[in-house]
Amino acid sequence: MDTQTAPGRFGRYGGRYVPETLVPALLELEQAYAEARKDPAFDEQVAQVLREFVGRETPLTPARRLTEKWGGAEVWLKREDLAHTGAHKINNTIGQVLLARRMGKKRVIAETGAGQHGVATATACALFGLTCEVYMGALDVERQALNVFRMKALGATVRPVESGSRTLKDAMNEAMRVWVSQVEDTYYVIGSAAGPHPYPTIVRDFQSVIGREIRTQSLVAFGKLPDAIIACIGGGSNAIGALHPFLGDASVRLVGVEAGGHGLDSGQHGASLTLGTEGVLHGSRSLVLQDEHGQIIEAHSISAGLDYPGVGPELAHMAKTGRMEVRTATDDEALAAFYMVSRTEGILPALESSHAFARAGELARELGKGKYLVINCSGRGDKDVATIAARGMPPAIQEKA
Amino acid sequence: MSGEIAEAFARAKARGEGALVAYAMAGDPDLARSVDVFAACVEGGADILEIGVAFSDPIADGPVIQAASERALKAGSTLKRVLDEVVPAVRARCPQTPLVVMTYVNVVMALGEERYAKLARERGVSGTILPDLPPEESAGLREAFDKEGLELIPLCAPTTSPARAERIVKDARGFVYCVSVAGVTGMRSELPANLSERLEMVRRSSPVPVVAGFGISNAEQARVVGAHADGVVVGSAIVRAAQADGPAAARQVCAEIKRGLKR
Repeated sequence: MDTQTAPGRFGRYGGRYVPETLVPALLELEQAYAEARKDPAFDEQVAQVLREFVGRETPLTPARRLTEKWGGAEVWLKREDLAHTGAHKINNTIGQVLLARRMGKKRVIAETGAGQHGVATATACALFGLTCEVYMGALDVERQALNVFRMKALGATVRPVESGSRTLKDAMNEAMRVWVSQVEDTYYVIGSAAGPHPYPTIVRDFQSVIGREIRTQSLVAFGKLPDAIIACIGGGSNAIGALHPFLGDASVRLVGVEAGGHGLDSGQHGASLTLGTEGVLHGSRSLVLQDEHGQIIEAHSISAGLDYPGVGPELAHMAKTGRMEVRTATDDEALAAFYMVSRTEGILPALESSHAFARAGELARELGKGKYLVINCSGRGDKDVATIAARGMPPAIQEKA
Repeated sequence: MSGEIAEAFARAKARGEGALVAYAMAGDPDLARSVDVFAACVEGGADILEIGVAFSDPIADGPVIQAASERALKAGSTLKRVLDEVVPAVRARCPQTPLVVMTYVNVVMALGEERYAKLARERGVSGTILPDLPPEESAGLREAFDKEGLELIPLCAPTTSPARAERIVKDARGFVYCVSVAGVTGMRSELPANLSERLEMVRRSSPVPVVAGFGISNAEQARVVGAHADGVVVGSAIVRAAQADGPAAARQVCAEIKRGLKR
């Protein structure tokens, strides 16, 4: 089932709002992608690299102690944290870098927030011998030193962006500006299911491997589709990938969790589906955090990957039509969930994924016994340990855990 | 005010000059003083004023205008305030000069497309440039603009194919803005060699005047480009001069460019 209602449109959302200089490049990309999709050899090439290099399929792991702790639905974890480079981001960069190579591009640029997409792009470029340049907000460069080192080790150039809030949205602005200047020979790998058409579609398709695997693995593991799937949402690439293959399954509840930051009333959060209004950011019409004058508001989240004031247009459509339920988790709730999952299941989830875990307990209880809940563990928390350790372990966590 | 832009081009042509479209950022360094910059540009010879309205995420702009945008936002510039305070003040001081607003689509959407079109016309704006609104996305907005007689000025880029350029200029209002370089706004030491051919190509199919912009900052560049266009747009050079040395410096930049545009 497809929510795309016109080329590049998901209901009211989507489209292609970019400088004219980029339009021909996007048309070229749209066509190259359409041709690649019709070519079974391309599909097989992507699948092969995902199998041999990324380590797919990633496991669907029973979370027995979480199930017991929450006392509701049986909880299973989709382990994108076990994909090579430690997050789901690699699914998309492998696909797009292979597409770039197919298009004859030698040079790749990317933007990154937490650094996971940057690392995944640098990895794919190293694997296929393409030059890679990653734009990253200067604040995120400070917050994510480990991933900055990984990108450099992989041979990528990391360019800190000093403008605006010095975070992901500014990195994306800068990457688009650079792309406008070097569009002839450069491929821009967008990391989220956002941006101008055809990116939201491309990223969704490459990430949908997550949901397709959840389908087949659920049937094997517990003999039916899950009753609910929950995933965190920043720009939304892991969420759209996990949820999209279930759009047509009315029995499956699809739940997204946004960054509540310091709280929805604080004005410091990343909850664009919950509190955003319709607008145009980074080339697509979607729900964005903005003031009444149309200026984009800086998002806040403890997680650099959710610190984004926009969201993919297809997710906006799914939220507005009610197909996807949207909840939020605050910084503190995500931190508590991080410790809880680490101690209950022996898995350090990324701070992004910790937002999904923070709301999953309630959902498991709502669903009740005999039901099945899949949590998309989108990435591993190793990259976040410095951020988390710097806060000190909250006494409440020490007692509870 | 309909046809004001066409008249300005015709006046320049009658004087044997290419037209100068001068860009400055409304609200930089503050709303009142930016009015002085616009007025100075007209004193320096600008034929049309392009009034920049700041956006927090200006993906088509280079560092100079991006920084000006940040200063303007800090000074409290909004589209509504620019229409209420800057446009009427500039209009009062430069009654003969057509005004064109340049901003991003989200800023116009936030005010409301129809409300913007109505307010802009009432305050004396003749046209609007939205660099992130390609023709595929402009249908609704164009309808709102047409109703008010506000001209939506389209952009062509170096990457635009001839067939696409023809489609773009077919429905052009006001003038066609030809982006001279594949890139963002900002001064360049060199302009592409094939620029003159592209300008002539666009000009042949355009029902309205064609101007070149992005990268033009001195008289010599204006002379070379102006020979193949009906005018040039100068932005970053004016914004930088005004920031460094105030309105008089902006006037000087305009006067210098204008010298280059004499035929």
